[in-house]
Amino acid sequence: MTTTNLKTPLTEKHEALGARMTDFAGWWMPLQYKGVREEHEAVRTHGGLFDLSHMAEIVVTGEQREDFVQTMVTNDLKKLNFGQAMYSCLCNLEGRIIDDLLVYRFENEVWIVANASNRSAVVSWLEKHAEGMDVALDDRTEEIALVAVQGPAAEAILQPHVDGLDLSTVDFYTAQWGTVGGQRMLISRTGYTGEDGFELYVENSHAGATWDLLLQGDEALVPVGLAARDTLRLESGFALYGNELSLERSPYDVTLAWITKLDKEPAPLAKPALEKAKESATTCLVGLTMEGRGVPRAGYPVHQNGTPVGFVSSGTFSPSLKKGVALAIVERSARAAGTELEIIVRGKPQAALVTKLPFVRGSVKRHS
Amino acid sequence: MIPEDLKYTEDHEWVRIDGKKATVGITHHAQDQLGDIVFVEVPEVGRELERGDTFGVVESVKTVSDLFSPVTGTVIERNEALDESSDNFEPETINSSPYKDGWMIVVEVADESAFDDLMDHSAYAAFVENEG
Repeated sequence: MTTTNLKTPLTEKHEALGARMTDFAGWWMPLQYKGVREEHEAVRTHGGLFDLSHMAEIVVTGEQREDFVQTMVTNDLKKLNFGQAMYSCLCNLEGRIIDDLLVYRFENEVWIVANASNRSAVVSWLEKHAEGMDVALDDRTEEIALVAVQGPAAEAILQPHVDGLDLSTVDFYTAQWGTVGGQRMLISRTGYTGEDGFELYVENSHAGATWDLLLQGDEALVPVGLAARDTLRLESGFALYGNELSLERSPYDVTLAWITKLDKEPAPLAKPALEKAKESATTCLVGLTMEGRGVPRAGYPVHQNGTPVGFVSSGTFSPSLKKGVALAIVERSARAAGTELEIIVRGKPQAALVTKLPFVRGSVKRHS
Repeated sequence: MIPEDLKYTEDHEWVRIDGKKATVGITHHAQDQLGDIVFVEVPEVGRELERGDTFGVVESVKTVSDLFSPVTGTVIERNEALDESSDNFEPETINSSPYKDGWMIVVEVADESAFDDLMDHSAYAAFVENEG
């Protein structure tokens, strides 16, 4: 269906490092370099370097930009200070999820970071609703590269290359413009691994130099591909569009009420549908840990005492816990931590325990 | 990379033939595609297998794959390092030594003609080349 025709400015770096490359939402991306387990471990214990340049950056400007974004997304933009970011959903008028986003509020613009797989859906949805407003949308995805350093040592790894900015002053879920290796870029303390870390939004032409600088500056920093990115996010209990999130679900079906603010001003365009979805939702997202050796995979049924109560939306062997773990969408009656469920692994019920998320608590600096 | 003294299947299993005994494992290519292997399910000794039967499962961090019996016969031995209840449980052996320490089972065949339609190393090399 998709044709791979998009390359990040770091493709040659990945190939030189011997990465196994794969098509991902039309982008030619590194799946793994040395191996999932080794890359995963590096991020949990020290630091990993990611190319996330496939992520879509849409810059919103114009007088009405904030009211516009506020009506589009589910979380409350106006609670953010300049430089602060929030996680949010973009919903259609049925209250179903078009994408999950990172939204940054800056003094003169709003940045929306969307999934590569949903880039065109997000852009067209925004364009359609921006009509007639004093709002300009600029899809800068193919001009901006995204390089991430994630891990408990991320600050120590990045700081030596940064001029004029003390990274300890960059709070979790905030971003500041700074200079790395002499190049100006947006330095954001965000990530998708559960670890402390930074995401660097850098112009394509400087991506290679930034990548090399970081990799050469720290012997123990390991390049990490999409495979380990997935095991890291799963251990952290983060939803993935296409697995947990889809056009068939509202935020309330997958435990995202915390980013769905119906009473904010101006109200989200999807408010009427979201109110209904809130009333009618019967499912939630839970973590499941296998008791035995089986490894849960997306699509496996979940039962409670032999009765179907849901399904696995993402599953893997957790490299940190050395056990099978899953995110599952289940009936709310089965949601309490400690509830004993069964995952049907290739026809055989295997015991699994509802587990409070995250499975693994990383070094991420939370809001105090 | 592909040992010359083994036979191969299109499901990326290798077979080492010794009289009527066939030692079975997965190829370097197969383990490389699977990535870090974390769990293997292999049949009990005594189980009767038909060629093409699913005889077990390999789970890696990122995916799961069935194992298909390359021959018809009886399982007479299994690699204890792949048994999760064993003290020396080391499924990663399949990644590090797919053709040697990572062997899975030994099957005894009734008739050596069971080996006739397996690929030799050069046919398998061509098969992997074409598939990739």
